[in-house]
Amino acid sequence: MTAIQAEAGYAGDRKLLVSARNLRAAYSGPSGDVVAVDGVSLDIGEGDVIGVAGESGCGKSTLGAILSLTARPPLRVLSGELDVDGEVQDLTRMDRLARTWRGSVVSLLPQGALNSLSPTVRIRDLVVDVVRAHQRNTKRSDALDLARDRLTQLELPARVLDAYPHQLSGGMKQRVVTVISTLLNPKLLIADEPTSALDVSSQKNLIEMLQAMLEQRIMSGVIFITHDIPVLRTVSTRLAVMYAGKIVEINDTETLVTAPRHPYSAALLNSVLVPEPQLRQRRVQSIPGAPPNMLSLPSGCPFHPRCPYAMDECDEEFPPHVGSPSAYSACWWAGKHEGESLEVTL
Amino acid sequence: MSAADEIIDLPSAADDEGLPPALAGGEPGEVLLEAKRVTKVFGHGHSAVRAVEDVSFDLRTREVVAIVGESGSGKSTLARLVLRLMPVTSGTISLAGKDVTSIRGSELRDHWRSAQAVFQDPFASFNQFFTVRRLLMRSSRLRAVSDIDLEKALGHVGLKPDDVLEKFPHQLSGGQRQRVMIARALLLKPKLLVADEATSMLDASLRANILNVLSDLRSEVGLTVLFITHDIGQACYIADRVLVMSNGMLVEQGSTDEVIFNPTHPYTKRLLADVPKLHQGRTEAG
Repeated sequence: MTAIQAEAGYAGDRKLLVSARNLRAAYSGPSGDVVAVDGVSLDIGEGDVIGVAGESGCGKSTLGAILSLTARPPLRVLSGELDVDGEVQDLTRMDRLARTWRGSVVSLLPQGALNSLSPTVRIRDLVVDVVRAHQRNTKRSDALDLARDRLTQLELPARVLDAYPHQLSGGMKQRVVTVISTLLNPKLLIADEPTSALDVSSQKNLIEMLQAMLEQRIMSGVIFITHDIPVLRTVSTRLAVMYAGKIVEINDTETLVTAPRHPYSAALLNSVLVPEPQLRQRRVQSIPGAPPNMLSLPSGCPFHPRCPYAMDECDEEFPPHVGSPSAYSACWWAGKHEGESLEVTL
Repeated sequence: MSAADEIIDLPSAADDEGLPPALAGGEPGEVLLEAKRVTKVFGHGHSAVRAVEDVSFDLRTREVVAIVGESGSGKSTLARLVLRLMPVTSGTISLAGKDVTSIRGSELRDHWRSAQAVFQDPFASFNQFFTVRRLLMRSSRLRAVSDIDLEKALGHVGLKPDDVLEKFPHQLSGGQRQRVMIARALLLKPKLLVADEATSMLDASLRANILNVLSDLRSEVGLTVLFITHDIGQACYIADRVLVMSNGMLVEQGSTDEVIFNPTHPYTKRLLADVPKLHQGRTEAG
């Protein structure tokens, strides 16, 4: 099976919401282009929360920028299209993009969102700005009503609209930004590290709010980008593991966490520290070596220099996608060991 | 990307061998650090903030003790008080039997030799224009440092001197930078190492490595570690004892097994309930 076949269709049992095909993007730099996302295809179903995990520099956030249509120089999209309900957007032609797509079809909850509020602007003025950017003639009161209803619906106090950012706690700021970024009912919300700067209690609040928003159909799908696998375990329906700009394994969260089929997923899972009694009985292994230099990737599978299961094929050719289009592992080991999974210590 | 371009592949520390940190403890020695009724108030009058209130605890030699709590619970303030980077409002702190609460001048410099720290952001604690060697040699302002000391300190954190000494910080990966910071602290041969969120900005895959390094140092050089974190998983992995802080107060302390697997204080219970688990299913909301 090849990457092309993996694009062919969405085999999940949910209705297809958004389909991203063959995304490829590069940062231009003094020493040449660095391809940060290379041939990623992703189908998102209704109600799906797709977790994207991987080490720093694996291309997770770049993927978020492409999908949220916010790629800007030095990042260039080399190829890729986004299919929403049969409407196809060519991602290489950002200038041809209907402005209404951003915010109402896809919306980005950026990394460090809680620092993205202007300290001198009350939340209510930001709300009006956001709504008017899309529907120019909206009355101020209508925009505020919309926001007030939304806040009440999610059981947040409506008085935050009158507050300045410094009057809100970090967790509350993050939730308010989330509400504002979904005011226009986007089909797909791309949340880039939304919980990383929060402590566990605020994390849980945000996750519960996202789940409430999905239930209430405020948005229909979420891409949740983080390096924190235990968080993804609680929030995501499907999990994609990225390495060196490619999705190396994708599967149902449950299956991937308990029975990974890619050595990199297994290594990531084994380095997770969660407060469970078994953790105190073992010595956690970190992944040997460092993530590859994206300017000169190793030949074949980019993970092979760090992989305990590396075989002869691994440094010769990039491994095929083993499995179905919606649940595969890009690994030679997985190809030879059908139906088997790698051991997770915890 | 340009910073990442030049990151060199260095062999990681030999962290594959050795005991699990939780089992490496052995018998703790005598009391090294003792904090009695420590209070720190910022501001005064109506705007007074009691950041640390009436906190008492002790650390024994070769122990790894974690302080956990939410953002704003006063963990980092407590660390700064222990390091004597700021004065306490009331209470006493003593290190190795010596009261360090209000020492000054050369005595304070002595204290800084005995108690060293590693902070959260390994990038912010480097001067970008200095090589690792120059950075480490700056420690000689507190204690004479020879090349052999440099080699030993880097060896303890699993780095080869030839690989890193002439490098600039941007040429090192996050984990390597944090290991250099630990080596810098070790150069002063401290009795106490305070790690304030030292691993929070690192990837999970590197985090285990740094924690193993810290744990091994206790058997290698008899180091005592005060590990401050908001991540209960890390505390659970490395600590012998855990102190839980909330709103400036110490609400629970005890051995890691007691506090994390059998908490008694309602705050600790709530904190633990909020931690996402890997294997005990989704949250109730899910």
